[in-house]
Amino acid sequence: MSFKAVVLVGGPQKGTRFRPLSLQLPKPLFPIAGVPLIEHHIDQLCQLSGLSEILLLGFFPTDLFTEFIDRCQKTYRVSIKYLEEPNPLGTAGGLVSFKATILSGDPNAVFVINADVCGDLPIEDMGAKIDSISGSSMLMLTTEATRQQSVNFGSVVTDSEGKVVHYVDKPTTFVSTNISCGVYLMKAEVIRQLDLPLNGDGIWLERDVIPQLAASGNLYALHTTRWWSQTKTAAAVLYANRHYLRLYKKRYAARLCRIGAQIIGDVFIDPSAQVHPTAKIGPNVSIGPNAVIGKGVRIKESIILPEAVIEENACVLQSVIGWRSIVGMWARIEGIPLEPNPNLPFAKMDNKPLFLPDGRLTPSLTILGSDVSVAPETIILNCVVLPYKELTCSYKNQIIL
Amino acid sequence: MKALILVGGYGTRLRPLTLTQPKPLVEFANKPMMLHQMEALAAVGVDTVVLAVSYRAEQLEQEMTVHADRLGVKLIFSLEEEPLGTAGPLALARKHLEGDDPFFVLNSDVICDFPFKQMVEFHKKHGKEGTIAVTKVEEPSKYGVVVFDEVHGKIDDFVEKPQEYVGNKINAGLYIFSSAILDRIPLKPTSIEKEIFPEMATSGNLYAFVLPGFWMDVGQPRDFLKGMSLFLNHVSTTNPEKLATRSNLHETATIRGSVLVDPSASVGENCVIGPDVVIGPRVKIERGVRIQHSTILSDSTVGNYSWVSGSIVGRECHIGSWVRMENICVLGDDVVVKDEVYLNEASVLPHKVIAVNVPSKDIIM
Repeated sequence: MSFKAVVLVGGPQKGTRFRPLSLQLPKPLFPIAGVPLIEHHIDQLCQLSGLSEILLLGFFPTDLFTEFIDRCQKTYRVSIKYLEEPNPLGTAGGLVSFKATILSGDPNAVFVINADVCGDLPIEDMGAKIDSISGSSMLMLTTEATRQQSVNFGSVVTDSEGKVVHYVDKPTTFVSTNISCGVYLMKAEVIRQLDLPLNGDGIWLERDVIPQLAASGNLYALHTTRWWSQTKTAAAVLYANRHYLRLYKKRYAARLCRIGAQIIGDVFIDPSAQVHPTAKIGPNVSIGPNAVIGKGVRIKESIILPEAVIEENACVLQSVIGWRSIVGMWARIEGIPLEPNPNLPFAKMDNKPLFLPDGRLTPSLTILGSDVSVAPETIILNCVVLPYKELTCSYKNQIIL
Repeated sequence: MKALILVGGYGTRLRPLTLTQPKPLVEFANKPMMLHQMEALAAVGVDTVVLAVSYRAEQLEQEMTVHADRLGVKLIFSLEEEPLGTAGPLALARKHLEGDDPFFVLNSDVICDFPFKQMVEFHKKHGKEGTIAVTKVEEPSKYGVVVFDEVHGKIDDFVEKPQEYVGNKINAGLYIFSSAILDRIPLKPTSIEKEIFPEMATSGNLYAFVLPGFWMDVGQPRDFLKGMSLFLNHVSTTNPEKLATRSNLHETATIRGSVLVDPSASVGENCVIGPDVVIGPRVKIERGVRIQHSTILSDSTVGNYSWVSGSIVGRECHIGSWVRMENICVLGDDVVVKDEVYLNEASVLPHKVIAVNVPSKDIIM
């Protein structure tokens, strides 16, 4: 079979819950485990033989993706194009308006993937399964959620053969613990037949397409129990970072760092970063290009973005340090870990609001936006710091505008 | 001359440091708190010291006896069967204090320069029953203010927590009395400040001696650290040679301000210590450690790259690497703090292992 793939990257009006990390860079390009979020999708898609092209579809300006696409085309030896929607058309609106481009070259089936999911996606299994399904049909990746959390996702009911008999997006009451992963594989005919009118609020897969396919008996599910998560909030990046680093062990063991400092567990360090041998790094740390990590620094469960500087004896725990930010000597940057309830099978990350009902900041990781400086010997605990701030004293449980 | 030191009870305000040793033995600037007073008393010729205690502490008796012998002072323990307040212990120890010479009475929590010689001269000069050392404070409204004649020192009045300004000198807890005072004190619970002093003042028998220099009641952790800073500052102006020398520091370590390091302690490379730090005997400060405004008591270790500010670390503690302690953390003896832990205003009882953060004021039982 021949395939193409569309990654729905959204636009600047989307991904606001990802701020301040999406203030200067489109969220789909945010580096997790040293690699932009959507490059993980591209990488996984490229494992599939028969994939001819990947299309990034969104309403960001095209030039933001040019450099990224050039590099990925070389790395993965696949054609990658950016399709810019003139205005937000909904998750299916872009598929309708770029139908001709997507179907050019006559692929048998097209993957459609939301950029704000991450996981160990069973791309090849999906490809094999669609081959066995006849007619103008669509395959949807599903996974298990807890009863309580399932209502925050698209809920899916299937029969014993994996045919979807009912689909409802974010129901108000419990329907099924099977949920949609936001990863679809459509027969070309499904896209060809999409000709819904582009009305005011666009066309949405979850509302206008999937329920109808389910009703007409043309929707199938492939169930996975591999790791899968959403990356809607900034708080989700460390969780995604940990799992992508773990996946490297299987496929890209060479990307994981073993030497150059005291390394604990899974750690990615860009080759251009300078890390002092006395620093202790890990587990689950990614350090970006040209970052400088000083003597006696401790970093754990964190992402250090490109060109950030962590000075001597500083300690960074459960935090994201923005581009070019500087953490002074003996400073401590610490967040509060957020992860799915480890005592519940199939629990997912909660996309918690920024503030608790009583007005306090939700305990979460500490995030320094770009170009932030933190004075020596201070502590920044459970804070979100917006770009270009100079912090001269300690802060706790605050958003620093 | 003789002296009576009001030791009292269990030193609960300085817990958890006083859970494993009597308060007078807790080291202040690398010397048991009481020894600062004993040495100053011995230096002005006091030959008998009565320790007024309300409980028996074998450890206190043994250790102080050793020091007393070395100083040539006779030590008497006067044990209260029931609490007798601040005056009652004088009645109880009457037979040890009576005589022609005046005697000292000291509150055991007080740290200052102990200008006992000048106090004795002042007392002899006015010739009345009692002398109270007074000290200047910034916020008199929190204390009992002593109102006195600034020229001769005669005390007129005591005003407890004044609502408006009446003066800025408070009772410093150091007294000299003539034996006549003993006739005023019954052998029952009595407050010297509230019941005895006012009537002495009324009869014109009480004088105030204004303490030159620093003074602090170090009976609780915050004041213990404040007193330590004042003490170190005093040492740096009077005996700078007693402060840290570089002999037991790594050549790349830096000392800022006044720091006292016991000769048997070690400080590793790239450490920055000070201002206002006391490092006790056999303490090991590893690499890249930053310490300020803190006391590290004997035989403790502070691990690599840790940061300690405004805290008291008990004896035989083990602080891990990349630990941060601040805002009056007090660790009892033999506490282990695991790597990367953050402690803020934590009081940790002896023999605990701390593996998780204490982000705000808490007592770890």
